Amino acid sequence: MDITFENVTYIYQHNTPFEHKALENLSFHIESGSFVAVVGHTGSGKSTLISHLNGLSIPTKGKVRIGDYSLSKEHKPGDMKELRSRVGVVFQYPEHQLFEETVEKDIAFGPENFGVSEREIKKRIQEVIPAVGLPESMLERSPFDLSGGQMRRVAIAGVLAVKPDVLVLDEPTAGLDPRGQKEIMDMFYRLHKEQGLTTILVTHSMEDALKYADHVMILNKGTKYLEGKPEDVFIQKEALNQVQLDVPEIVQFLISFEQKFKTAIPYQKQSVEEIARQVQRVVIGDELL
Amino acid sequence: MNNSLIIGQYVPGDSLVHRLDPRTKITIIFFYVFIVFFANNLPSYGILILFALSSMLTSRVPIRFIMKGLTPVWFLIIFTFILHLFVTKEGNVIFNFWIFEFYSGGVIQGIAISTRFFLLILVTSLLTLTTTPIEITDAIEDMLRPLNKIKFPVHELALMMSISLRFIPTLMQETEKISRAQASRGVDFRTGPVKERIKAVVPLLVPLFVSAFKRAEELAMAMEARGYQGGEGRSKLRELKIEKIDIFVYFIFVLVIMILFATRTYG
Repeated sequence: MDITFENVTYIYQHNTPFEHKALENLSFHIESGSFVAVVGHTGSGKSTLISHLNGLSIPTKGKVRIGDYSLSKEHKPGDMKELRSRVGVVFQYPEHQLFEETVEKDIAFGPENFGVSEREIKKRIQEVIPAVGLPESMLERSPFDLSGGQMRRVAIAGVLAVKPDVLVLDEPTAGLDPRGQKEIMDMFYRLHKEQGLTTILVTHSMEDALKYADHVMILNKGTKYLEGKPEDVFIQKEALNQVQLDVPEIVQFLISFEQKFKTAIPYQKQSVEEIARQVQRVVIGDELL
Repeated sequence: MNNSLIIGQYVPGDSLVHRLDPRTKITIIFFYVFIVFFANNLPSYGILILFALSSMLTSRVPIRFIMKGLTPVWFLIIFTFILHLFVTKEGNVIFNFWIFEFYSGGVIQGIAISTRFFLLILVTSLLTLTTTPIEITDAIEDMLRPLNKIKFPVHELALMMSISLRFIPTLMQETEKISRAQASRGVDFRTGPVKERIKAVVPLLVPLFVSAFKRAEELAMAMEARGYQGGEGRSKLRELKIEKIDIFVYFIFVLVIMILFATRTYG
């Protein structure tokens, strides 16, 4: 589903002394099937943006279009269920939303609410469990007996079992160990490719944004600060530093390398191995290759 | 979130009422609540109203705030008035309406009782408007201290109160967060039959309790790690101190009581 924001402004506690502008005149377009990373400092409006994607928040001004849905102050659909079944949101620390007695029941909770038949739910659970990397023997256990990482996988399975077209991820790797982080991100990337999902990743990690996204948007104080291909956005060190963000390590390395060796290696999303080869070429020349 | 009920909503400020020792405020309000019931004629009500209104004005809390907070209570005040109008049958009949007869005693009684009610609410909400919950807790702990002699756990009670106060906003945030997550999984909290809506509370309450228990355990651990061992020998960060201004206010209040008892009718 295509997603379009048209001049969206969102104000918390509008018309009170506590009012607070979270988004200001934000416009962008996300094409169906793309992987977009939204990056920004704390308080830049990332979480508010997410809540507009499935109708949890309605813009104070402006319009949000998601597929055939159009959300604005003048036009609120009465029933958000259909929209919410098509946009799956994995919130920050999604394991906090688990509540059922068994893992199986918790995964089935979402699809049940959206009126999926029991047989279909059984089938989906069989698909989703291996996809998130959990053994089937876990289905009968209580989600509260699992480790943190496993609980998160169960929660993610619960969102995937709804079979959304758009997957929204709010810092899905926060609080996991490095290996768990990589496993979870690789899993999302695989699902994105296999099922043709539109994926929106909200993250602090420049590395993840660079590695997985094909489009990056940087938010600052509720407005769009930079937008473009990751390899174009992430080389703008000064611009990023201005909004308390840093360039990814690999770009940082190339910048330092250029300062020391007075030779620039342009960054074109090449792999670490490729960069090693280019460095070798600069440092000791071609003859050894 | 319902912001209209101000009980428990502090409005920051630096007025005389804000700076008073919370113990002074609590003591005065405690006695005020008693003496309100002794007023029985115009001058005695007058002095009580004068005291309440002048404290309200010195507090410099915007009147709009106070009135907004009183909205839910207006209904009760008006209800009491009407009840007395219909039920009390004293004095002369002032007018007839359909099958009802209204007595002058009813009108007077109605006005008197609603005034009492209004004053009580006004003065107590003035306490919470000008005093932080933590100040109130400190004051209660201090005032209950004599109960320590009969082995009543005063410090523990105060600690429980301040911890609960501290975690109210946290729990509210948590509720908001979880209800958003469950709404995204298709739970409908707002529409549908009542039975369904009650059932929708379970996915909200279970995670809320789980995280509250977890948080309590973590807090206990953190307190123990920092050597907490109860009230015995523990010094205070915020010391309460009676200043000249408190004595001055006590003096005025005693004066109010004296005028009240001098003007009320006996017998």
